[in-house]
Amino acid sequence: MMMRKTWVVALLAGAAYLQAQEPEATGNNTAASIAASKQDPAAVERGRKAFGTYCAGCHGVSAKGGPGAPDLVRSLLVLDDEKGILIAPVIREGRPDKGMPKLGLTEAQISDVVAWLHVQTYAAGHRNTYEYKDVVTGNAQLGKAYFNGAGGCSSCHSPTGDLAGIASKYDAFSLQLRWLQPRAARRGGRGAGAAQTSRSMTPKVTIASDSGETVTGTLNYIDDFTVSLRDSNNQFHSYTRNGDSPKVTVVDPLKTHNDMLRKYTDADIHNMTAYLVTLK
Amino acid sequence: MRTTRVLLTIAAFSGLLVAQGLDPALLKKPPTTSWPTYNGDYSGRRFSTLDQINSSNVQQLSLAWASRYTSTNAATGVVIKSMPLLVNGILYLSSPNNVWAVDAHSGREIWHYTYPPNTGSTIGNRGVAMYENWLFVEVPDSHLVSLDAATGKERWKVEIANPKLDYTSTVAPIVVGNHILVGIGGDHLDNPGFLESRDPETGALQWKWFSTPRNGEPGIETWPDEYASAHGTGQTWIPGTYDPELNLYYLGTGNPNPVMAEKSRKGDNLYTCTIVAINPDTGKLVWHYQVSPHDVHDWDASQTPVLVDGEIDGKPRKLLVQAARNGYFFVLDRTNGQHILTKPLIDTLNWAKGLNANGQPIPDPAKFPATDGVLVSPSSNGATNWPPPSFDPETGLFYVGTNRPYSMFFLTDTDPRPEGWGGLDSAVGNDGGALLAIDYKTGNIAWRHDWPSGSGVVAMLTTAGKLLFTSNGNNFIAFDPRNGKILWHTGLTATPSNAPMTYLLDGKQYVLVAAGDTLFAFRLN
Repeated sequence: MMMRKTWVVALLAGAAYLQAQEPEATGNNTAASIAASKQDPAAVERGRKAFGTYCAGCHGVSAKGGPGAPDLVRSLLVLDDEKGILIAPVIREGRPDKGMPKLGLTEAQISDVVAWLHVQTYAAGHRNTYEYKDVVTGNAQLGKAYFNGAGGCSSCHSPTGDLAGIASKYDAFSLQLRWLQPRAARRGGRGAGAAQTSRSMTPKVTIASDSGETVTGTLNYIDDFTVSLRDSNNQFHSYTRNGDSPKVTVVDPLKTHNDMLRKYTDADIHNMTAYLVTLK
Repeated sequence: MRTTRVLLTIAAFSGLLVAQGLDPALLKKPPTTSWPTYNGDYSGRRFSTLDQINSSNVQQLSLAWASRYTSTNAATGVVIKSMPLLVNGILYLSSPNNVWAVDAHSGREIWHYTYPPNTGSTIGNRGVAMYENWLFVEVPDSHLVSLDAATGKERWKVEIANPKLDYTSTVAPIVVGNHILVGIGGDHLDNPGFLESRDPETGALQWKWFSTPRNGEPGIETWPDEYASAHGTGQTWIPGTYDPELNLYYLGTGNPNPVMAEKSRKGDNLYTCTIVAINPDTGKLVWHYQVSPHDVHDWDASQTPVLVDGEIDGKPRKLLVQAARNGYFFVLDRTNGQHILTKPLIDTLNWAKGLNANGQPIPDPAKFPATDGVLVSPSSNGATNWPPPSFDPETGLFYVGTNRPYSMFFLTDTDPRPEGWGGLDSAVGNDGGALLAIDYKTGNIAWRHDWPSGSGVVAMLTTAGKLLFTSNGNNFIAFDPRNGKILWHTGLTATPSNAPMTYLLDGKQYVLVAAGDTLFAFRLN
């Protein structure tokens, strides 16, 4: 027993020593970037470990360079590489002229490091693999006060009514985008968000002809030359527009959401999100 | 006389068929019987002196022909984002990996050049350039290709950037003298941005100007170090404008990298998001004005720097006008880059703490992308973007398409040395798109047309016929540029994908626009 215990302690001490000497490689190891870069997840993980052991001491834990050793994520050789054709000889032979030693990695380890490096360059250059951080940074109490006070939210919404359980329906990130703008809530992308509209969010339109006849319904399409709608019987109506004839009045049920964008501070937004994520 | 002499000179020295050749004098005049360069002429005004189609008869404007272009070498189908050139009755148009010569009388294909399949980005191609009998086009794998305009046969190709580095090669080259000015795009991987000049006969490099400085060069003090600057990007993905008298080429440069993660690139980050004046013979920077110091929102300054010969305080001035993606309107003296005025384009801007003494917006660090998001207007798409604006010297108004979008900007890369984009933005609203008519002397909006739907960031063309051509959704529309009254419209098969142009062919004025894979030619029938 005694012996065994000592052995375990020695092993732990040894592991700690190794850890101090061999930094853990960080970098980008998300499932999305590994999948999108078409690398084998197991090889990538082995490569991450090998990079930590053999490379990170000089090239940094994220491969972005260290004292005297270049950034490999921006390396032309790595970017130019396919399946290790260019990278493997460098690892295999080292670059003694530039101070890089021969490291003695096995061919399998070299292949793993190549896989991990390709995930790093791919992830930097492909926005669709980026992952968001925590958006719940605000103060829920202040958010609640804003909801019921200055924000004016409680005039249309209720935490026990339409918003009951809202935090179980959406993750925090989606919830933040969605309460800001229910029509344009989409993860990622640039600028334009895909519409996710339900019928109740669609603008209403009233069309008054010159003769005084009025039709009201859900807006189907509008530009300067045509306007169309579906009435309460789901019948489609379309009109040619010519300036102010016929008279067209559009009412957007989400207008307040858009108007409020001119008023929120970023603190208001984060406090509100912190409050809404409590509505499980 | 002049034209004859030039053509004879070309014939004498090249020994080739002259009928297809471009008279270089045409580049310096407002376009009438040709459209020989990206913006019609060097000024970027996109104003035509033609008035056969005018505000009195535009109601009779109708289709002369429509013609669809297909290719087996277009993975997602042909989309014509290019400005066709019209030279000697032939239209030259492009899409990624494809160039067509088309009979302007009918839209019928004369020849079709395809570039071999490759892995380069096919996001778009802005058009070809022409020098004498030769065409020049950038292809997705970052080569510049020269074609014989008569036959579409390839003359040569040269690599302008390493295709593995995620550059996008979409720019229409611009010909100035015997220089083919070639830009580059792509900001995914912190690649150096540049403008270079190539020899029209051989493709040999004449000079290369990097849009960020290296050690020992002016501007390096606006970066933490040379490494950050050398990876600071500043791409050159939209063609510039040129003043032949001053011999200056004006270009708006792209945004810095990492795009939304700024901690490793503190400083103004010259010459990104900057209007630069470059001597086309030497590639030397003559002056610069940075419209977005230390950009963190992807608001490149690539929007056309329009050359206006105008008046400020009663004195004639050589001006440069830009409606910038960051939401501000700038007027500069183009002889020296001196600032004249800055005005907001849209009323939702919330990212600047004001303007400095030189009229530049002062970025508010509270609006830099953050892990939990910050609300900013405009979005990364900007208040405006690449679709070219127009200046009408007869109304004195500058016409530009705008949006008022909001986004949450998120920092995703918190590493001390972020790379790539380092962040993303997500749309959370839009106060709508509008066509703005701006008085260049004051920056004030003379009139505006708010669109009921659709993006407001669309291209413009003005003519002496008191017409302004633009689009909204699938509608192609003519306005009265004096007052914003709609005079004519027609529905196309898709949203216009390039900017409208106009020219005389056999004495008849045409207006041409592309929508998706189809060209539409209109005239009075």
